[in-house]
Amino acid sequence: MCGNEALAEAAIIAGLDAYFGYPITPQNEITAYMSRRMPEENRVFLQSESELAAINMVFGASATGKRAMTTSSSPGISLMQEGISYLAGAELPAVVVNVMRGGPGLGNIAPSQGDYFQATRGGGHGDYRTIVLGPSSVQELVDCMPLAFDLADQYRMTVVILADGILGQMMEPIVFDKKPRRKLPAKNWALTGADGREQNIVRSLWLKEGVVEQHNYDLQAKYKEVKKNEVLCEQYEVDDAEIVVVAYGVAARIVRSAVEKARQDGIKAGWIRPITLWPFPTEQISRAADELRIFLVVEMSCGQMVEDVKLAVAGKVPVLFYGRPGGGVPTVEQIFEKIKNLTIPVKQKG
Amino acid sequence: MKTVFTRTPTLKDCPTHYCPGCGHGIAHRLVAEAIDELGIRGQTLGIAPVGCAVLAYDYLDVDMVEVAHGRAPAVATGMKRTNPDKIIFSYQGDGDLAAIGTAEIIHAAHRGEQITVIFINNAVFGMTGGQMAPTTLAGQVTTTTPLGRNAEQQGYPLQVSELLAILPGAVYIERCALHRPALIRDAKRAVKHAFELQVNSTKGLSLVELLSPCPTAWRMTPAQAVEWMENEMIRVFPLGRLKG
Repeated sequence: MCGNEALAEAAIIAGLDAYFGYPITPQNEITAYMSRRMPEENRVFLQSESELAAINMVFGASATGKRAMTTSSSPGISLMQEGISYLAGAELPAVVVNVMRGGPGLGNIAPSQGDYFQATRGGGHGDYRTIVLGPSSVQELVDCMPLAFDLADQYRMTVVILADGILGQMMEPIVFDKKPRRKLPAKNWALTGADGREQNIVRSLWLKEGVVEQHNYDLQAKYKEVKKNEVLCEQYEVDDAEIVVVAYGVAARIVRSAVEKARQDGIKAGWIRPITLWPFPTEQISRAADELRIFLVVEMSCGQMVEDVKLAVAGKVPVLFYGRPGGGVPTVEQIFEKIKNLTIPVKQKG
Repeated sequence: MKTVFTRTPTLKDCPTHYCPGCGHGIAHRLVAEAIDELGIRGQTLGIAPVGCAVLAYDYLDVDMVEVAHGRAPAVATGMKRTNPDKIIFSYQGDGDLAAIGTAEIIHAAHRGEQITVIFINNAVFGMTGGQMAPTTLAGQVTTTTPLGRNAEQQGYPLQVSELLAILPGAVYIERCALHRPALIRDAKRAVKHAFELQVNSTKGLSLVELLSPCPTAWRMTPAQAVEWMENEMIRVFPLGRLKG
């Protein structure tokens, strides 16, 4: 099973009620898989007329309390930003998978991490956040799906899964997790018909003075809870490291090989891999920056997550960057060379 | 004394924010009456548009959602596909449905979504201050056509109902008007029929276009607006059943 198909099956296992999507490469395996599997499960599959429509179909299904999802790749995700902003305003749960490709514009269909800013800063208009997961293997992609639906329902937020063309196309052995998950609050806000109760209204417009201001404070309080409870990250040999490499997704796999190679070469290297890109593992990185060491951020972009690393490090130690945009994938050798070149001056200082 | 007319329960007992002479209040009442007469209040989910009727949920006592400009038919699709037992309606103006939401309404009809659309055509963008809509008449003065709509440069009025009627997925399309009591009674029949088709699980999209006065944006008195509709608007948008 390729990553795209695996995530689709994992979403079905996680209780997906409705999938809406529009074709775009490199994630077409998801729509094809869903078109076959969802009807088998008596659930909804619909190919929409655009990504604008797809996200609004998700909005509609979600407003009635159903688990709904859409998937796309970078240019299509741009079109969905209007809908994601409305989902945030109306506090509706949704899961959106972005199998990133090269940009800007039509770019290419090669893997990229160029949509980090868009995903972690909200992406559309207004003061809001989405929860962003950055898996780095097909197994983790599969494990992300039930988590994404639970997080979406628990916090009534959009959860974005930031994958890329490699992860979507790659085949790896996987195990589907069918364990019971979080206990979630009842969706008593959902539109189910005002039968014997007062009407439910799902909205994002509040015209009375001060109401949207208060609504924003309430959203921020919720985001603070997410930051407190939901950060996920992985660390490797950070304790004695002179250089800590920070990377997520597929880039983190390449970094891992480069760091292992550096260790074999006697270089004290380690890595930190954020799994939640928002909320970002700010505290973990800040703690790691309390020791005198260098941070190197590696991305398949011109440098986006590096800004969050710098915010976390807060000037305590140097933060350097290596990246390749637009479908360029850094090699183990390239990252190893960077690590080697950066650690020499530190050794000389000592 | 015998009570011969009362407010229908689904229409909330409160004043609306609509301008004097506006048709929205009448259209809301027709929707509420149709819902009550069919006894479907508890299973009806409504969609409020962007525009003057964005607060429709303040007046219609059913579960409602407010959506982005033009996207109501896509949202309705998501709602109906996951809740085939519910009655789903969208209430949209001509800026919403005939401009920014053209793709969504065409494709919802094209797929034969089993939803009901109440389409208010007042030939302008009302909420934003009376700008030209695709439905604006040739020669009509609006905020953005100060010399009158020049059809050669700005296009002719778009007849969305006629466009939709040719689609196999549209089961019922009718254009009515709200500027005379007899026409309002007829509009009531059409609105109720559109809901009834969905209640009876008739496959396909049902839409009623309601020509509606907007004296404020038209810079007219309510009486002048009624005359303008009678003499100008219904010539460009002829009343009647276009499909079904």
